[in-house]
Amino acid sequence: MSAEIDPMAEIRASFFIECEELLEALQGGLETIESGEDDPETINVVFRAVHSIKGGAGAFGLEALVRFAHRYETVLDEVRAGRMVVSGDALKVFFQAADHLSDLVRISCDGAALPDAETQTLLGLLDGFLGSEAKTDNDESDIEFQPMGIALDLGFDDDGEPELEEPEQGALPTLDQPFHASRQTFLIEFMPAAGFFETGNEAALLLRNLSALGDATVVLDADQLPEFANISPVVPHLCWQISLKTDGSRDDILSVFDFVEGLCKLDVSQSQEDATPQPEPAETPSEPAPLVTPLPKDIPAAVNTTASEKKQANAAPAKSVVRVDLDRIERLVNLVGELVINQAMLSQSLEQSGLSPHSDAMNGLEEFQRLTRDIQDSVMMIRAQPVKSLFQRMSRIIREASSAINKEVRFHTIGEGTEVDKTVIERLADPLTHMIRNAVDHGLEGADARVAAGKSAQGNVSLSAAHRSGRVVIEVSDDGGGINRPKVLQIAIDKGLIPAETKLSDAEIDNLLFLPGFSTASVVSDLSGRGVGMDVVRNAIQALGGRITISSTSGEGTVFSISLPLTLAVLDGMVIEVAGQTLVLPLNLVVETLTLTDQDVEMVSPDRFVIKVRSGFVPVFDLGAALGYRKPMKTFENAVILIIAREDESQSALIIDNIVDQRQVVIKGLDEGFYRAPGIAAATILGDGQIALIVDPTDIIDGMVSDVVSLRNLVDLGVPA
Amino acid sequence: MSLYILAVDDSRTMRDMIKLALLPAGITVHTADDGIHGIEVLEGITPDAIITDINMPRMDGFGFIDAVRSQEKHRAVPILVLTTEAAPELKQRARAAGATGWIVKPFDPSKLVKALNMVAG
Repeated sequence: MSAEIDPMAEIRASFFIECEELLEALQGGLETIESGEDDPETINVVFRAVHSIKGGAGAFGLEALVRFAHRYETVLDEVRAGRMVVSGDALKVFFQAADHLSDLVRISCDGAALPDAETQTLLGLLDGFLGSEAKTDNDESDIEFQPMGIALDLGFDDDGEPELEEPEQGALPTLDQPFHASRQTFLIEFMPAAGFFETGNEAALLLRNLSALGDATVVLDADQLPEFANISPVVPHLCWQISLKTDGSRDDILSVFDFVEGLCKLDVSQSQEDATPQPEPAETPSEPAPLVTPLPKDIPAAVNTTASEKKQANAAPAKSVVRVDLDRIERLVNLVGELVINQAMLSQSLEQSGLSPHSDAMNGLEEFQRLTRDIQDSVMMIRAQPVKSLFQRMSRIIREASSAINKEVRFHTIGEGTEVDKTVIERLADPLTHMIRNAVDHGLEGADARVAAGKSAQGNVSLSAAHRSGRVVIEVSDDGGGINRPKVLQIAIDKGLIPAETKLSDAEIDNLLFLPGFSTASVVSDLSGRGVGMDVVRNAIQALGGRITISSTSGEGTVFSISLPLTLAVLDGMVIEVAGQTLVLPLNLVVETLTLTDQDVEMVSPDRFVIKVRSGFVPVFDLGAALGYRKPMKTFENAVILIIAREDESQSALIIDNIVDQRQVVIKGLDEGFYRAPGIAAATILGDGQIALIVDPTDIIDGMVSDVVSLRNLVDLGVPA
Repeated sequence: MSLYILAVDDSRTMRDMIKLALLPAGITVHTADDGIHGIEVLEGITPDAIITDINMPRMDGFGFIDAVRSQEKHRAVPILVLTTEAAPELKQRARAAGATGWIVKPFDPSKLVKALNMVAG
């Protein structure tokens, strides 16, 4: 195979992509069965998914995958045939098998070591559902199903012509011809029988294939041909006697008739004398031109599609999709980003040229802006994917985690159809996995404790996704006992993360979980303590431009809430000036802008101020000072403030110098080489080519708050009085 | 003479494999995703042979063969069934449905070409 372009490698890659889809369908089908909403088609979907994986895997010689899929399929086939009822236990095994299948797919893809022990265990479980006679059948099939690697000779033949051109040469059969050319003569009598033509067979082709094996003399016996008036074109009447002189064996001859076995009378005998065939003129096989006369057909015209079509209506309609390399989309996204910057530059220079806002150029520019935005939205939609696949992966984590520590857990998902940028989905998998494990391990109490607390023995963990004010909010919640705050506080003190005498609010204690070094591994099972602390989770979320918050109610459970930008590429920003620096804030966080006088501001403690906004007090922070651009301001006269809303709906005010503009900005990530300053999310290029930092105000406010002990008072004041 | 075939399989991988196997032999391949789609495609083309999978959504291979055979235009077209099982009863069922022959998956490209040439010439 040529090294440069390897179509097999390409198909192999596409096979693994297809596997992901099939595994998703498998998972979805099993979940439907679990929910009890399945119909007969559901098991077919499940079966087909496994079946297709097996089929593809066979083509690539992925033996382990084939073997496992085959046995899994065998059991599913029993269900499909109605010979087996899916019990709760069986379903559990099916889920495990689906998980294992997806492991095997991944392993086959990466070429990692096979988890043979696990495979054996699961195969044992699967085989347990089969009767003993089915097992023997399995073994046979395993042999039957020896996967063969495919070696494709992709180079065209010398002339690029199909070998068919010269039927006499019979290029195909000669391939297997042995060297010892001992010619034998066979006498073959061949008479098509009923059903021969109905199955699309053709006597002339068989005779031709036969003659390709050697020197054939074909004699037609038309004795049984009835009167013309009585001829029925689908009923065979002709018979042929062939004398074949060949190097091939009897099996070679029989293989020609492989497909018509049982559809014809066939008699192959070896000629004893092995003499040269009579030089009788070979009659060209002729037969009645088949199937020209329309006949009343007994094949029912109506195909049994109605039933399956009806089922189809229930299932989600299959979407028609185009497969595009992610790199190409990345490129498109980047280009659109450049387009946005370019358009900003153009509008800036047009504005500076002093054109009338009603001039054609300015009108055209407006249209251009609208189009740019439409293009951008459309491009973003290309990358958006429903979070369903991610949620399905999490349901597996739940199953594994709960069975590892023997907790019965019911998993609920809400908003599976919520679409999020593909990159975000991929990068959410690890943090979510950890959070889910935590929820099962730490969040939920043991069954006894639950029952004692008046809850159901089975714990509940929910995963939800929703769009909220231009962001995606993903929540992991459990109905466990809530965060054990005294214990968390004690751990933090023991580990020297906070001074022993620190007084903290409940919310602050909860946030201690995110501190680096706060690993609960020593206190818990091996399940969630895999060297990943919540600080790593938070970093991962922050790297996505997101935030994570906790809210926990003792005895009722804990909710981890992740808020993410919809896309990693573009942001509706407010361009502001602070201490001579141009900065960009996410527009959707700004709920209000105000100009202050000194009377509006009240001091609650030295260097801590609040302002009265409507009927509530809001803490005020000087953005310039927070970023270290200047010393805290002495007076607030004429200061411009932005009221910033946080996910928890509390508000804070940021002092800035000036609002410059509102516009879309393209987010350019800061290189690893930069220090990751708190509050600085990314950077962008403005219309005049200047680079501006994108500020995450929530982060800044958190930073300002966290170094004060009396912060609680301030935060509490943020709630309307 | 160049063959013109229709391959019906719900697995994209399989469809790609069939194309890859047949293209170098100078065979033109049309594809369809399932039985219903296959019937739709057949409205526009008259292939020299059809290759079809059995397990497919919407309309399976047996239903598809039935539907093809019931069309005057395609009554005699050779149909090869792609199957992972070499079980005799499966072959029997395929033939009863009107299939001309079968190919056991995973198939060897040369065998597929050979089988096609055997039934379609």
